[in-house]
Amino acid sequence: MTAMTVSQLAPFYGARQAVKAVDMTIDAQKITAIIGPSGCGKSTVLRCLNRMHETIIGARATGTVHLGDQDIYAPDTDPTLIRRRVGMVFQQPVAFRTRNVYENVAVGLRLQGMNAKAELDVAVEGALRSAVLWDEVKDVLDKPGTALSGGQQQRLAIARTIAIKPDVILLDEPCSALDPIATANIEELLLELKQQYTIVIVTHSMQQAARISDETAVFMVDTTSGQAIGELVEKSQTLHVFTNPQDPRTESYISGRVG
Amino acid sequence: MNSVPKNYRWRKFVDQLMRGSTVLATGCAVIPLVAIIAYVFTLGAAALSGDFFTQAYVPPGTVEMADTADATEPAFDPEDPFAGIGLDTVSEYDGSQPAAPAANPDDLFAGIGFTETVNVDTSMPSESDLYSAGPQGGVLHGIIGTLIIAGLGLLMALPIGIFTGIYLSEYRMQRFATTVRFCVDVLSGSPSIIAGVVIYVLVVIPTQRFSAIAGSMSLAILMIPIVTRTTEEMLKLVPDSMREAARGLGAPTWYSTFTVVLPAALPGIVTGVMLSFARGAGETAPLILTVLGSNIISTALLEPMASLPLLTYRYTESPYPGENTLAWGAAFVLMMLVLTMNILVRIATRNRAGAGR
Repeated sequence: MTAMTVSQLAPFYGARQAVKAVDMTIDAQKITAIIGPSGCGKSTVLRCLNRMHETIIGARATGTVHLGDQDIYAPDTDPTLIRRRVGMVFQQPVAFRTRNVYENVAVGLRLQGMNAKAELDVAVEGALRSAVLWDEVKDVLDKPGTALSGGQQQRLAIARTIAIKPDVILLDEPCSALDPIATANIEELLLELKQQYTIVIVTHSMQQAARISDETAVFMVDTTSGQAIGELVEKSQTLHVFTNPQDPRTESYISGRVG
Repeated sequence: MNSVPKNYRWRKFVDQLMRGSTVLATGCAVIPLVAIIAYVFTLGAAALSGDFFTQAYVPPGTVEMADTADATEPAFDPEDPFAGIGLDTVSEYDGSQPAAPAANPDDLFAGIGFTETVNVDTSMPSESDLYSAGPQGGVLHGIIGTLIIAGLGLLMALPIGIFTGIYLSEYRMQRFATTVRFCVDVLSGSPSIIAGVVIYVLVVIPTQRFSAIAGSMSLAILMIPIVTRTTEEMLKLVPDSMREAARGLGAPTWYSTFTVVLPAALPGIVTGVMLSFARGAGETAPLILTVLGSNIISTALLEPMASLPLLTYRYTESPYPGENTLAWGAAFVLMMLVLTMNILVRIATRNRAGAGR
């Protein structure tokens, strides 16, 4: 089943086009990995999937992205509502330092108008359990979020994102600031979460993509026109991409010859 | 082999010359600061007394009530109703026709029929008393006035400054924000008397009165740029990742600003607010044109009011040494106020640094 359909999506920074028009589909309840060398626009494309891209000054995108039946780039669409359905976790673990662990998870729920204590308690505990963090933080719920370790903060960010029950979770290099053990925890968690959520993850690590993803999209930088522009060169099942790449550029990238 | 370059001595000399110059210049820069602090502290501390913080203005030469109560009050005598007021004038007419007066330069009134004896009670303050007396009264009216005027000014500047800062940092539409930022910078660099003149023309003249509230307005004009720029700078220090995380949840800008970004920047903003209060409390020029000053303890916002810098200014101008002393005292209190503010700011920022990222 298809969760999102990307058609002719072209992100811009000012007048400069960052990525050649992208067409791809994102399967529901699967993990789709986006890999590629630095500057290929993989994060940019990811950020277009919940309209976070345009929060950068001068940034915009053309084309359409359908979430179910809805085009999230339709003119009358409120991007904040899209972002509640397509959540995002960032490279740098973010714990709001002025909020305790509990409130770090509750913030999205409060934003949606949930204020009853009992209701919040259930939702926060559920989200923390889903993020496999509950056992570690249940005794320090009133401590500042920044008191947690980096790996815990990243799972806290994931808990915050899944607390509002989005359809899709976007992760932008969620493990690049973490050590191998914390990384393994996050990967395990993502494999759990894909039972319920559609997951798109940008990663620098081909090994990580190979370990956890079902589908892989490979982006490369094209400099033939004199200006660097990203492009999607290949997208298919992860196994195919890594064992039988169709594009020679993919082959040289995954074999470590470029990038 | 120990080879000394040819110009070694010259280079050594130049090095020491330059180093000496910087030390000398630093010394010159520090002297005024040290002098001000030493002067204000020694002369100002001398003015501090029990009355200093508890009383308002007392005109020089005022005889304290306790003194007159001690003196025996003379009984009222209907024959002589002026007895006891310290002036006994007895004029007697002897009825004689004046002889053609011989011009006597020593006694111009000789021969016009009056013998005059005027006894002036010397318990009244003499001129020499006025000029040698110590300080009388205190500056309580100035302390109260400064807190009211600067506090009210801060109340006006706070919402405007903070919201402008938020706009510049969070809602930046590039070109317009640049223009606003430039204007704010110009405003913060403009002489404070300008703020006084503007309020004088816009408020004092139309309302036909000097008032505390007009003074607060002029101080607010001076405080707004400080609050605005600190708020903006402090908000910009909050990592973008915080905003992104909040936006990623579907939070509109105002929500992420008020629930995530602003709380994170709050200690820094408080710093700016306290600094702006200290700046406003020390301003004199705009107050001359707006609150005028007062010698009584007044809390009426629509009336002229006293303030410490105004008292310092007026008492320094005064010919009475007692008031000059009070001026030093007022300056001392003002400096302590600003110093306290700065120390509070230090404490606030130190706690923030200790709280981690």
